[in-house]
Amino acid sequence: MGKTLFDKVWDSHVVHTIENGPQVLYIDKHLIHEVTSPQAFSELEERGIPIFRPDQIVATADHNVPTQDQHLPIQDLLSRNQVKTLTENCNKHGITLFGLGHQYQGIVHVMAPELGITQPGMTMVCGDSHTSTHGAFGTIAFGIGTSQVAQVFASQCLLLPKPKSMRITVNGKLKKGVHPKDVILYIIAKLGTDAGTGYFAEYAGDVFRDMSMEGRMTVCNMSIEMGARGGMIAPDETTFEYVRGRTFAPKGEDFEKKVAYWKTLPSDEDAAFDEEYHFDAEDIAPMLTYGTNPGMGIKVFDSIPQEEGASFEKSLQYMGFQKGEKLIGKPINYVFIGSCTNSRIEDFRTAANYIKGKQKAPNVNALIVPGSQQVARQIVVEGLDKVFMEAGFELRQPGCSACLAMNDDKIPAGEYCISTSNRNFEGRQGQGARTILASPLMAAATAVEGKIVDITEQF
Amino acid sequence: MEKFTKLNTSAVPLPIENIDTDQIIPARFLKATDRKGFGDNAFRDWRFDKDGSLKPDFPLNDTKFSGPILVAGNNFGCGSSREHAAWALTGYGFKAVVSSFFADIFKGNALNNGLLPVQVSPAFLKAIFSEIENDPKTDIEIDLDSQVITILSTGKQESFDINPYKKTCLQNGYDDIDYLVNLKDTIETFEVSKNN
Repeated sequence: MGKTLFDKVWDSHVVHTIENGPQVLYIDKHLIHEVTSPQAFSELEERGIPIFRPDQIVATADHNVPTQDQHLPIQDLLSRNQVKTLTENCNKHGITLFGLGHQYQGIVHVMAPELGITQPGMTMVCGDSHTSTHGAFGTIAFGIGTSQVAQVFASQCLLLPKPKSMRITVNGKLKKGVHPKDVILYIIAKLGTDAGTGYFAEYAGDVFRDMSMEGRMTVCNMSIEMGARGGMIAPDETTFEYVRGRTFAPKGEDFEKKVAYWKTLPSDEDAAFDEEYHFDAEDIAPMLTYGTNPGMGIKVFDSIPQEEGASFEKSLQYMGFQKGEKLIGKPINYVFIGSCTNSRIEDFRTAANYIKGKQKAPNVNALIVPGSQQVARQIVVEGLDKVFMEAGFELRQPGCSACLAMNDDKIPAGEYCISTSNRNFEGRQGQGARTILASPLMAAATAVEGKIVDITEQF
Repeated sequence: MEKFTKLNTSAVPLPIENIDTDQIIPARFLKATDRKGFGDNAFRDWRFDKDGSLKPDFPLNDTKFSGPILVAGNNFGCGSSREHAAWALTGYGFKAVVSSFFADIFKGNALNNGLLPVQVSPAFLKAIFSEIENDPKTDIEIDLDSQVITILSTGKQESFDINPYKKTCLQNGYDDIDYLVNLKDTIETFEVSKNN
């Protein structure tokens, strides 16, 4: 029987198998940031264990950084201390750091792919659940806890039972106005937030084959929202062309050798998956969430379902919505375009293309937060900054920002925010804030109209 | 890591599904650089009003419930990979969490901190909730050695799964770092063969 893409990458990284126990998996690249690494550094220090492979670690500051005046010292003392601790730890151990002020600084899952650090066939981890993003390259990439960050520091390995495999196939052609974000929100709404638990997903079919690398990253990014540790897409010419020439990608003959290997990675035709799902591209529409987990999603023109249960009702009560009602027409005062899900240049092109020549509605606060310094520079090169500013949007500096509201970018209690981020949990964007997840196009349209509109009527 | 010993105690019920790690410990409390103090902010926005006063109807604030076992609805610990969620629960005083389903990353983090995730059937979970509703002092026994959970008032039992390697770690208070550091030679050999 043939092997899946996941099998091929996993099996080639198994160092050792414990009888009746987990396997020892070798990790090629370890990404770290300021929030989930300090306790791992101090644990190793307390135990007198050195960092095993510092040259396979790359660090950046993203979760906790301000998105204004980044050249000044961070105002919040705890945040400043956390970022400073990261810098000190990296300097002490000889770890590459793209810290605040560096030309490559950015959200860890935007920075590593655009620099060519992420490559097909690798194993990658980070103390962040959206590490699944890198699966877009045919990489086994997943989030880990801080104890595991310490394990990788100590040994460049992790002890893990091999997950089961799942394939999600979407064939056909997406309708106009349907973006990669809608595809993944649709899949999660269909499968629920726990369907993927214990699995690694592979996304297959026409829709993903036709998608750009940035779109694939948006899809793989949210794999964790259906419970899957990671999601992968088979590497192909689109992948190779994206990686080619990037700062840390192999060059010349080395690159061609790698491509020859990467071409062997896609799942064999006779490979078997533990679970298979099939969807039609034509059934997917622009999506919105109405509840407090990413599985609570509907098509923009649909009504909130009539479900029973205390958890469902608690969720609607938090959101201030009723069963059976539509979201169209709901006034919205906050719009956030950013996060590791949707803060790459294509996302801002989509938004700017819609916004150009229009104005944001007077009631709306619209925040644009690029995923990295490179994306921020590209926004200026393409003149998108002028489009945003002329339309009354606020363009900030790179970071995780209002996705998790660790810095000052918070949504006030009770307010709705159409957000291109990945989680609509209670209080995620600030205490009492109500998050509605959507694509950059839906977010841009909401900002212009000041309320939720059925974007499909504009095509 | 502390060794896990048998528990025989009352439990705190939290019959809500899909409890995510943002609820267990909100992001604004993740700015510390050590592992201490997270227990104070466990379930912060469910336990306290915005003005800092206790919400009396939340089970953790209800004095009739007590004990180091948390019994929670399906799909506990989904969302962010923050190990701070496990630190918040152990810091608060929990030693085990019972649910009908756990998210992967949370489960791993819990095991790495001596917090035992006990996965039971939906029917058994329902039985625990209803017994606690009848009598908040109902004792629950969790025996790691035999991998059995018992509702002592009714004698109702169910066995639970745990990876044998992880079980040994919990019983002895070992963690994965000890194991991996001892494997250094094998890892170095693997690196050489991988690069050739």
